[in-house]
Amino acid sequence: MSLKRPAKIQPEKFEFNSSSLEAANIIIAKYPKGKQQSAVMALLYIAQKQNNNWIPLAAMKYIAKFLDMPYIKVYEVATFYSMYNLSPVGKYFIQICTTTPCMIRGAQKLVEACKEKISENENELLKDKNCSWMEVECLGACVNAPMMQINDDYYEDLDKEKTLEILEKILNGETPKPGSYRGRINNEPENNRKTLMDLKNA
Amino acid sequence: MLKDQDRIFQNLYNDLGSDITSSQKRGDWINTKDLTNKGRDWIINEIKDSQLRGRGGAGFPTGLKWSFAPKEIGSRPHYLVINGDESEPGTCKDRDILRFEPHKLIEGCLIASYAVQAHVCYIYIRGEYFVDGQKLQAAIDEAYEKNLIGKNAAGTGWDLDIYIHYGAGAYICGEETALLESIEGRKGQPRLKPPFPALIGLYGCPTIVNNVETIAVVPTILRRGGKWFASLGREKNTGTKIFCISGNVNNPCNVEEEMNIPLKELIEVHAGGVIGGWDNLQAVIPGGSSMPLIPKEKCETLTMDFDSLMAEKSGLGTAGVVVINKDQDIIKCMARIARFYKHESCGQCTPCREGSGWMWRMLERMAKGEASKDEVDMLSDVTNQIEGHTICAFGEGSAWPVQGLLRHFRDEIKKRNNFDPIIKENKNIPYLVDQHLLDKNAEIKSK
Repeated sequence: MSLKRPAKIQPEKFEFNSSSLEAANIIIAKYPKGKQQSAVMALLYIAQKQNNNWIPLAAMKYIAKFLDMPYIKVYEVATFYSMYNLSPVGKYFIQICTTTPCMIRGAQKLVEACKEKISENENELLKDKNCSWMEVECLGACVNAPMMQINDDYYEDLDKEKTLEILEKILNGETPKPGSYRGRINNEPENNRKTLMDLKNA
Repeated sequence: MLKDQDRIFQNLYNDLGSDITSSQKRGDWINTKDLTNKGRDWIINEIKDSQLRGRGGAGFPTGLKWSFAPKEIGSRPHYLVINGDESEPGTCKDRDILRFEPHKLIEGCLIASYAVQAHVCYIYIRGEYFVDGQKLQAAIDEAYEKNLIGKNAAGTGWDLDIYIHYGAGAYICGEETALLESIEGRKGQPRLKPPFPALIGLYGCPTIVNNVETIAVVPTILRRGGKWFASLGREKNTGTKIFCISGNVNNPCNVEEEMNIPLKELIEVHAGGVIGGWDNLQAVIPGGSSMPLIPKEKCETLTMDFDSLMAEKSGLGTAGVVVINKDQDIIKCMARIARFYKHESCGQCTPCREGSGWMWRMLERMAKGEASKDEVDMLSDVTNQIEGHTICAFGEGSAWPVQGLLRHFRDEIKKRNNFDPIIKENKNIPYLVDQHLLDKNAEIKSK
């Protein structure tokens, strides 16, 4: 099990803004009447997006009222799932997969790059709060290992140099292009494709 | 090698685009109405004839699962839930279906919903696949626009709504009952079975849960016939499967191949061989991290299907093939997998919650050569205490890879960890974590 603790410094109030409110209502409509609790995961995610990528306790209380469920049930969900950040993370939030398939293809080099460029320790915010990184478990892009996720996007087929380049861009406020960094197309065997050749050449 | 025309996922590498027009050119949606007009029993029988087994890991016969749904809709509605919480290390096949073949999945949802009489289908996608989920959502929107789903979907007379539910980074939600808990807005802790979801599932209603790949192959099976699907592979292990070959190979890739394909062909032909040559191969994890590894000697002749891998005390699982060559420290590799399971245990059952961390700590020490002789047997004992003593199959999933390591690399571990028990009685340890070692020393002394 992973341990998660809410941040020490918490804002007093939280409220959905109008676009979040609209998104939340669309989501609640997906579930049967009286089962609005099903929307809690999506609402926590919306709150996280609205609040600079982390969820304050006030947001959990707000969502509990919003969905008419006990606060502790929201808290339970927020602390159970690893994608909810309960304390501030960088505007660019970098997650490096270090599970075995990535590990044996050199994920540790990516960690080194982050240590050099961003911070010595995981989850340490840079002074301008722009960037933070952490190791995570399998992100499900194993044939494109090693890889990392920055906010919603996947950056694949990396090595240390390419990671440093990507981090450099981020520190300059640019958003680098997601996808493979060895120029290969999606999940096809690079330079060794043996199947569906008619379609490739079509 | 499988003929190209027998590949179900023609757009696996996105040569053609995933929008509805190009999907229709590939044959999706062309005669959905004709298929459903043949009736529920025909659909379920055709799937039974095809001998399709679930692609999510357990390999349960799909037709049989569908037949468990109540024949008539009673007071409670039926649900179809698609499991796209793909998090098994080594596996990344569902992601390609979501982003490149979404219409195969959506059409499959319609046919399966019709067969099990569900009017609502939830597709559960892991939260990290947000971008891929957006692509699926775009395809769903397209399908609504063309009236392929919604009221009187595709002219079948059946109403169907499809909704995406995103997870938030919990591996355990890939377990079907944990997934249902998660959709209901709770933490993902598995339920006891029985009752099985087919009778009491989502919101207490009859629910059929299938993997993304299972549902996505259904329309093609019905179009080309269950017999065609059954003619590929071998008895009870039929059809095609997307294999994900990762790790120490020259060209890691996803490829759709026939069941029962030799492992060596997968690695040498499709993935460009092991880095450093075949002789440099150390071991292969054949079906995602929860399946026990297989040493090189057996990889020569191994074929990849449910039953032949079972005979090797491993399993096909999700068909995520992780190749490990001799440049890697095998104990370290398995220690990292143990850390994954320690991180992902939901904490509901004691053997798994405590055992997964215990195995990890021991393996970490074993990788460094800091474990004592006795601990090898103790590790084996811990895996046996977890296996079969938990609510869900996570217990097995965390114990099996360690058992596989012990089965094939016990000598390697023993060679590296040759100490006598480190904790001696006279050290006065304030906590009794390793009580058994103290007891053993006392026994020896008293003799």
